[in-house]
Amino acid sequence: MVEQTVQIVSNERDTDLYFRLIARAPQIAPLVQPGQFAHVRILPLREALLRRPFSIFQVSGDTLSILYKTIGKGTEVLSRMRPGEELSMIGPLGHGFTVPQPKGETPLLVAGGYGMAALYLLAQRSPQKGIVFVGGRRRVDILCEEEFRALGWEVRVTTEDGSHGERGLVTQALLTELKRPMPGRKLFACGPTPMLKAVGRLAAEFGLPAELSLDEHMGCGIGVCLTCVVPIKAGDSWEYQRTCTDGPVFDSREVAWEAAE
Amino acid sequence: MNLSVKIGTLSMQNPVTVASGTFGYGVEYAQLIDLNQLGAVVVKGIRLESVRGNPTPRTVEVTSGLINAIGLQGPGVDGFIRKYWPFLKELKVPTFINIWGTTVEEYAEVARRFDALGGVGALELNVSCPNIKAGGAQFGTDLKLLSQVVGACRKATKLPLITKMSPNVVNIAPYAKAAEAAGSDALSIMNSFPAMAIDIETRRPSLANVTGGLTGPCIKPIAIKLVWEAAKAVRIPVIGMGGIQTADDAIEFLMAGATAVAVGTANFYEPQTALQVIAGLRQFIQQKGIGDVRELIGSVQTGK
Repeated sequence: MVEQTVQIVSNERDTDLYFRLIARAPQIAPLVQPGQFAHVRILPLREALLRRPFSIFQVSGDTLSILYKTIGKGTEVLSRMRPGEELSMIGPLGHGFTVPQPKGETPLLVAGGYGMAALYLLAQRSPQKGIVFVGGRRRVDILCEEEFRALGWEVRVTTEDGSHGERGLVTQALLTELKRPMPGRKLFACGPTPMLKAVGRLAAEFGLPAELSLDEHMGCGIGVCLTCVVPIKAGDSWEYQRTCTDGPVFDSREVAWEAAE
Repeated sequence: MNLSVKIGTLSMQNPVTVASGTFGYGVEYAQLIDLNQLGAVVVKGIRLESVRGNPTPRTVEVTSGLINAIGLQGPGVDGFIRKYWPFLKELKVPTFINIWGTTVEEYAEVARRFDALGGVGALELNVSCPNIKAGGAQFGTDLKLLSQVVGACRKATKLPLITKMSPNVVNIAPYAKAAEAAGSDALSIMNSFPAMAIDIETRRPSLANVTGGLTGPCIKPIAIKLVWEAAKAVRIPVIGMGGIQTADDAIEFLMAGATAVAVGTANFYEPQTALQVIAGLRQFIQQKGIGDVRELIGSVQTGK
């Protein structure tokens, strides 16, 4: 974990409300593990105080990139920042995905929307290529499909309106695949909470291990403010653990979704 | 040039510490800043038992501030001693342990446990958390209960006692005096303000707890006034806090009457803040030709 001032190299619209930002972060980029995030202070925000967390998408030499959607004032302001401008970044943060061992399990990745970004480094660093299932509402919500194909992965796309790939939910496409008997599979997922819950249920139903990257509102990003807590099984009860430091990646069997409802 | 100040019998190498609940147990920040540069480390509130805390959402960002309703999630005395004390006791700077309970007896018992531990710098009594059903602000906004809690802890320990005050009173002076009379060695002013925010799309409160406590730069002027009023009312030192982001903010608190200051919410977004405040404070007194930071304390000129 390092805090440094990073310079924006590029910040371009990807599709619709999605942007890709590349930053020169020489102290952070080489340390990044799949599934980790960067906590970014957007200095022009001023009266909006908190940092914003972003999954680290790609790493190359001393640069790293993030893929984000403009969903509020933080990301709106970020999307207007230009190359050469600076951000304060703390990273890499969080407990990421377990990269499969050589000749180990075959990874099946499941992404919803910008959840794809959190899975790219895992796909790149996994010794086995697998299948990535990506879903979104419309065609514009399907991101970085080509980057995954370029890694030699099979990509199965679903959209809710049928404008790209198969019509339906990403978990329907996953279910179809899981029904084909094949040994040694493991699920890795990042996306909206309802999707993660569905992936967790499918993993349980088919007896497969699954790692889920949770997306919670975050404050400090380093484990002190206790904003981003999620219910995690502990003995025969449960406790709140921090998405920022105990996660964001959790074993799906440990998450006690029902406890907090 | 002197930056050191005293809180009761305890010396701090400089007057800048951190606010309980914004700094975890210190160890979380150890990779980002040199903790030994601080005046003291202050840990999140601890009661006898472990505490699960409130449901989520627990915080919401508002203009120049943050509303939180964490509910004092924590490991309890035993969990704290096992998980965090081995790290904290090796620090060169004192650790202040923020304690609370749901009864006067529990406060005193927690104070006894930390007194027996040895090596603790001071105890800060949290009688002012707005986000828990029993304990917290119920003690800090009732003069009789406040005296009882401080008095019971005074009997339980010889450690310096700092009472963390609630801002949610009509006049803070009698509360400050009550804590002093019951044996408090210092006052922390202040805890968060009761506050609320609403999501207008869903018509739901932004926090699961409905209400929470407001902190951050937006509360600083209110905190300055409370520090000024309390410092005039008592002879014991005041630790001022509320929205400090810069050395200038800290100097304002000192001039209002604070002997020391604590950086709070800013730790969440800029972990270097406390160290920047120390550096800026040093620079200020150098530039003004002031030999001793204590010359700033209460130096505001309110006369004509």
